[in-house]
Amino acid sequence: MTDPLSVPYRERERSVTMEPMGEEPTHHELFTINIGPHHPATHGVLRLLTTLEGEVVRDVKPIIGYVHTGIEKSCEDQQYWKAITFVERMDYLAYYSNAHAFCMAVETLLGIKVPRRAQYLRVIHSELGRIASHLFALATGALDIGAITMLWWGCRDRDLVLDLFEMSSGQRIHTRYFQVGGVMEDIPPGFEQKVRGFLELMPKRIDQYEALLDRNEIWLQRTKNTGILSQQRALELGVTGPILRSTGHPWDLRKATPYSSYEDFDFAVPVGSVGDNYDRFKVRLDEMRESVKIIEQALDGLPEGRWITDDRKVALPPRHELATSMEALIHHFKLVTEGFRVPPGEAYEAVESPRGEMGCFVVADGSSKPARVHMRDPSFVNLQALPDMARDSLIADFIACVAMLDPILGGVDR
Amino acid sequence: MPDATGLELIAQQVRENVADEAVTGTMYAREQATLEVAPEHVREVLAFLREAGEPWENLMSLHGCDYLPEEPRLGVHYQLLSMERCDRLCVKTRLGVDDPRLPTVIDLFPTADFQEREVFDMFGVFFEGHPDMRRILMPEDYEGFPQRRDFPMGGEPVLFTFNEGKFPRWYD
Amino acid sequence: MEVTRTPVDAGDLRVRQLRAQQMLRGELAGKDLDEFVEERLLFTTLETAQNWARKNCLFPLGFGLACCAIEMITVIGSPRNDLARFGAEAIRFTPRQADLLILSGRVSIKMAPIIRRLYDQMLEPKWVIAMGACSSTAGMFNNYAVVAGADKFLPIDIYVPGCPPRPEALIYGIMKLQDKIMGTPDMGWRERYRAEGTEEVE
Repeated sequence: MTDPLSVPYRERERSVTMEPMGEEPTHHELFTINIGPHHPATHGVLRLLTTLEGEVVRDVKPIIGYVHTGIEKSCEDQQYWKAITFVERMDYLAYYSNAHAFCMAVETLLGIKVPRRAQYLRVIHSELGRIASHLFALATGALDIGAITMLWWGCRDRDLVLDLFEMSSGQRIHTRYFQVGGVMEDIPPGFEQKVRGFLELMPKRIDQYEALLDRNEIWLQRTKNTGILSQQRALELGVTGPILRSTGHPWDLRKATPYSSYEDFDFAVPVGSVGDNYDRFKVRLDEMRESVKIIEQALDGLPEGRWITDDRKVALPPRHELATSMEALIHHFKLVTEGFRVPPGEAYEAVESPRGEMGCFVVADGSSKPARVHMRDPSFVNLQALPDMARDSLIADFIACVAMLDPILGGVDR
Repeated sequence: MPDATGLELIAQQVRENVADEAVTGTMYAREQATLEVAPEHVREVLAFLREAGEPWENLMSLHGCDYLPEEPRLGVHYQLLSMERCDRLCVKTRLGVDDPRLPTVIDLFPTADFQEREVFDMFGVFFEGHPDMRRILMPEDYEGFPQRRDFPMGGEPVLFTFNEGKFPRWYD
Repeated sequence: MEVTRTPVDAGDLRVRQLRAQQMLRGELAGKDLDEFVEERLLFTTLETAQNWARKNCLFPLGFGLACCAIEMITVIGSPRNDLARFGAEAIRFTPRQADLLILSGRVSIKMAPIIRRLYDQMLEPKWVIAMGACSSTAGMFNNYAVVAGADKFLPIDIYVPGCPPRPEALIYGIMKLQDKIMGTPDMGWRERYRAEGTEEVE
C-alpha cells in the first residue's frame, strides 16, 4: 500500500477524478451518515440518510414525517370554508395555490361558476404568490449554496409582495382570501396603483438578481451540470413544475388545461435544456418575469362585476341586505353556523403551484363537512427525484440539489 | 376529461382486453370521469391503460379514502394523466377493511413509491411487491391507521369552566 | 478684526478628547482627576452587567419547523425588520453554540423527542421562545399528530401568539425576552391589576 502523502504534490493534484490515490481498500467502503432533521439548510425538517463513499454520495433516502400535522384528517371535522384555512397551511409558501385547488374542487362539486372578476383577482393573487414563492426559494437556495446577498434581496422584495397581500386581505401570510365561489372581498382602492408600482420595479430587480448570480463564476460552477435529471426519469417519477420544465418538457397546467381564465393571458413558459441545477434556477427566474406580464395583463383587463358568486347558499349575502330581506338573514345564519352543504360526489382538480401540480381531491357526502380531502402535493412527489439527482455527486453538489429542488416540508408531510 | 361516451369506450376496451369482470362501474359527473375496477385486476388495468391506443402514461396521484359507512370501506384512487391529450382519468378500487392488499404499481409508475407508503401509513392497505413498505409520515412504531374514519381525531380537550375540573393538568 | 469668544460646552467631543489626553499623560491631579473619574464610573452588580451582555447578544438556533419559520427568516433576513439591531443576528446552527431556541412551527409527535434532544444539547443559560399558535398550544391543529404546545416537554419563556405572528410581533417577543433576561420582566397585566406574586416560577 502506498502512503498517499508520499506521492509528490503535483502528481496528487493531477488526479482530479474520484479514483483513489494508491490502492487503499478503505476508499471503497460505504459510510452512512444522517443529515438529520435539524440541519443548516433552511428547507425544513427533512432527514436524509446519505450513503457516502468518501465525499461522493452513492445513495440517499429521504425520511419525512417530522412536520406531519394531520391536516387532511382535521379537514374532515371542519366546514368547507373553515377547511380552506387548514389546507392553506400545507405548502406554506404557496398558500394561494393550496386554497385555489381546494376551492376549485368544491366548486366543481357544487356546480357553481366563479364570476370573471373573481377569476382575474384569483389570477393576480396567484401570480403574486408565485413571485413571492420563487423569491423565497431563490433566497434560501442561494443561502444554502453560499450566495448570502440573495437572501437579503429576496426577502426585501418579498416584503413588498406581502405588503400587497396585506392591503387586499389583511394578512401577510395565510390570507384566507380565496373562498369557495370567488374571493373574500373586492380589492381596495389604491391596490391597483400599488401593484403597478411593484410591477414597474420588479423587472429591474430580477435583472439585478441575474447580474448578481448569473455572471458569478462560483455560482455557475456550482450549479451547472450538477444534479442532472433526465426528462424520461422525471416523467416517470411524476415530477412536475419548474423541475420538469428545466429538463425540457414544457408541461404547465396554466397552458395545458387552463383554469380560472388563464387562457385570456399571453405568457411564455420558460423551459430548460439540460435539467441541472442551473436550469432550475433560470426557469424560476424567468417564471417571475412571466408572472409580471400576466399580472399586468390581468390588471389591464380586470372586468367589473361581483367578486364572489351570487349563489346565496354558498356565499354570504352582503350586509346591507340583512336588514331588509328575511331570506338573506336565514342564508347568513345557516352559512355561518352550519356552512353550505355539498351534494355527494368526488372531484379532483389541479392547479399549477410554484412547485408543480397541486391537486386536491375532495369527497363530499352531502353534509356540510367534507368526507375526505387529499392534497396531491408537488413537493411530496418531487422529493422522490432527489436520489436520482444526487447519485454520484459530491456532498456540496448534493446540498445544491436540495436547495434547487425546493421542497416545502409542510406540503410533503401535510 | 373524457366525456361520458369516451369513458364508456374506455370501459369497453378494458373489458375486452383485460377481463370482463375487471370493470365494476363507471361514473361520470361534472366532467370528472371515474372508472371503478375490481381490486384483483387493478394492476392489469393500469398496465393496459398505460400502453393503450390512447395511452395514459402519467400517474399523478395515488390516494386512499375511507368510505365508512359504505361497504367495502377503503377506496384507493389512481389519478391518471395523459400529457398529450391533456386529459385526466380516475381509476378507483374498493377494498374491505380486513386485510386490504393490492399489488404495487411501482414498476409501471415509479412515482407510486412514496404515495403507496402514504396510503399504507394512513389506511393500512398493504401493497405487495413494494420494496420498502414502511410508515412514512407517522413514527415507525405507531399503531393504528390515522385517516380511517373510526380512528379518533385525538388532540386535547378544550377546557371550559364546566369541564376543567375533570381533566388533570400536567402539574397534578 | 473682530474676535468673539463663545464658551464651549463641557460635553463637546474635542474637550473630552483633550481631557482624556491629559489624563493619560498624567497631567490631571487632585480635584480634576476625581471629577474625571467620577464622570466615567458606573456602579452595577456583576449580575446586571452579565445580564446586559447576555441580552444584547443572543445567538438564536437556526431552527425552523413550518410556516412560522418563513416569518422568522423574514425577521432575520429582511432589511425591513431585522434582528441585527438587537444583536441577535448571528445564527448558530449547532445547539452547542446557541442560546435561544425559537420554536417556529408546529411540533409533531415525531419531531418532539428531537427538539428535546436539541434543547438538552444547548448550554446554560438558554431560553425558548414559542413562536406562533402551534407551538404555544395546539394552535388550530388539535389532533393526533401534533403535540399540544411545546411546553409539554420544554420550559418556555416567551409565547408569541399569531398564525403566523407578524415579524414585528416576534421582535416584540424578543424584546420581552430581553427584559426577562435583564431580570426586570415585563409584568403586563399583573402590574395593572396589582397581582404580583401570581407568577409560576420553576
